[in-house]
Amino acid sequence: DKLTSAQWARSSGNEVLTPFEDASSYNNFFEFGPEKGDPARQAVDFEVEPWSVAIDGEVARPGRYSLDTLCQPHRLEERIYRLRCVEAWSMVIPWLGFPLSELLRRVEPTGQAQYVRFEALYDPRRMVGQRSGFSLIDWPYVEGLRLDEAMHPLTILAVGMYGRILPGQNGAPLRLVVPWKYGFKSIKSIVRITLTREQPKTSWQIIAPEDYGFYANVNPAVDHPRWRQARERRLPSGLFRPNLIPTRLFNGYDEVASLYEGLDLRKNY
Amino acid sequence: MKYRVWRGLVFVAALIPSLLWIYQAIGFDLGPDPAKTLLARLGLGGLMLLLITLSMTPLWRLTRWMGWMAVRRQLGLWAFAYALLHMLVYAVFLLGLDGGQLLKDLQRRPYILIGALALLVLLILAVTSNRFCMRKLGKRWKRLHRSVYAALILIVLHMFWVVRADLFEWLVYACLGLLLLLLRAPFFSSLTSRAPQGPGEPFSN
Repeated sequence: DKLTSAQWARSSGNEVLTPFEDASSYNNFFEFGPEKGDPARQAVDFEVEPWSVAIDGEVARPGRYSLDTLCQPHRLEERIYRLRCVEAWSMVIPWLGFPLSELLRRVEPTGQAQYVRFEALYDPRRMVGQRSGFSLIDWPYVEGLRLDEAMHPLTILAVGMYGRILPGQNGAPLRLVVPWKYGFKSIKSIVRITLTREQPKTSWQIIAPEDYGFYANVNPAVDHPRWRQARERRLPSGLFRPNLIPTRLFNGYDEVASLYEGLDLRKNY
Repeated sequence: MKYRVWRGLVFVAALIPSLLWIYQAIGFDLGPDPAKTLLARLGLGGLMLLLITLSMTPLWRLTRWMGWMAVRRQLGLWAFAYALLHMLVYAVFLLGLDGGQLLKDLQRRPYILIGALALLVLLILAVTSNRFCMRKLGKRWKRLHRSVYAALILIVLHMFWVVRADLFEWLVYACLGLLLLLLRAPFFSSLTSRAPQGPGEPFSN
């Protein structure tokens, strides 16, 4: 079993973990409905077997990999990360996964590869949110990273959380976790990973390019037109004792700052 | 007074959801982000109450039952009360009573400004809904209270801005609102009237 060989986190530092109950019942996962409670209700029976991921584009070893062959060579690690949603709330979640960089090295990106494009599952029979005729998202959901962001040791592919496999509502069976970016970058239920030369168009960029940029780095100084980003509510938050804390640049992961040297973070939001 | 029990029932039915939600929010029964959930429920509740208020006249025209008109003003006041609570939850629990932030939000976030305008309209209507103002304003009272239609349009617009990824729910409310406005156009209102020429509305409100 992969869990016995997993490398567990020793501590969460000075962060208090968000209870599993909250992290698995308060989700934005529009494939399973527009409200926060919808995914937990609608993804209960989400069938994830068999699951395979196509890896293609600018790689030496493209192919369709079953979830097992994809995860097999990697040792699972527990990573306790802050998750900051663009809606100004945040959680602290112990993920179980492996660095995306290890997987990318296995498939050998070519010299042309500049970006990584991720695609989530499109299957209206299994994902009720995709059946709506009034969805603004042009399915499938697409996200992207610059290759150096994807190769950064903090970027992981997660298969579990809180020491168990991912619940459907949290992006089973395989999701991205990029802790210094707003949550919507961490695409769930991935079925395709494509290495590209051009910057991929992401789903939210297509819906509202003024509101959502390609980078989406957590940044208290750059407001979203709808949500102020200077502070966040760390969940669970009480009604009379709102757990308001200041938001930090790159969600407090200062080690990624070097990726953006010379980049105007106001323009490249 | 006639319709006393009916009025009382409407009062209780409109009061209960707000009390229940506030109770749940305090007791962590609204999930990990109670302020946000309470905000959304009160907002939606206010819009529903406004739509119900605006269906009273068409229902009266269709059925000629005076009970609809007897609760119209009360329902309008409830719509205002929910909208006011919605704004208070936003100001107290989400902004932490930070006036500077409120001003910034009003300047930079048009949907908050639109919501504030709608609340202002409802406030004016609520304040002038009493008999004293009705007498004092005479004919102008009716004209003034037609601005409830403007409030409805503003609220639906306010809600549009909050839509993130799926328009379905918004479209349902927008279509209901549109229907209720259309029913007031001369052509449609004659369709809902059973009598060819109605005796005029029973109350001037």
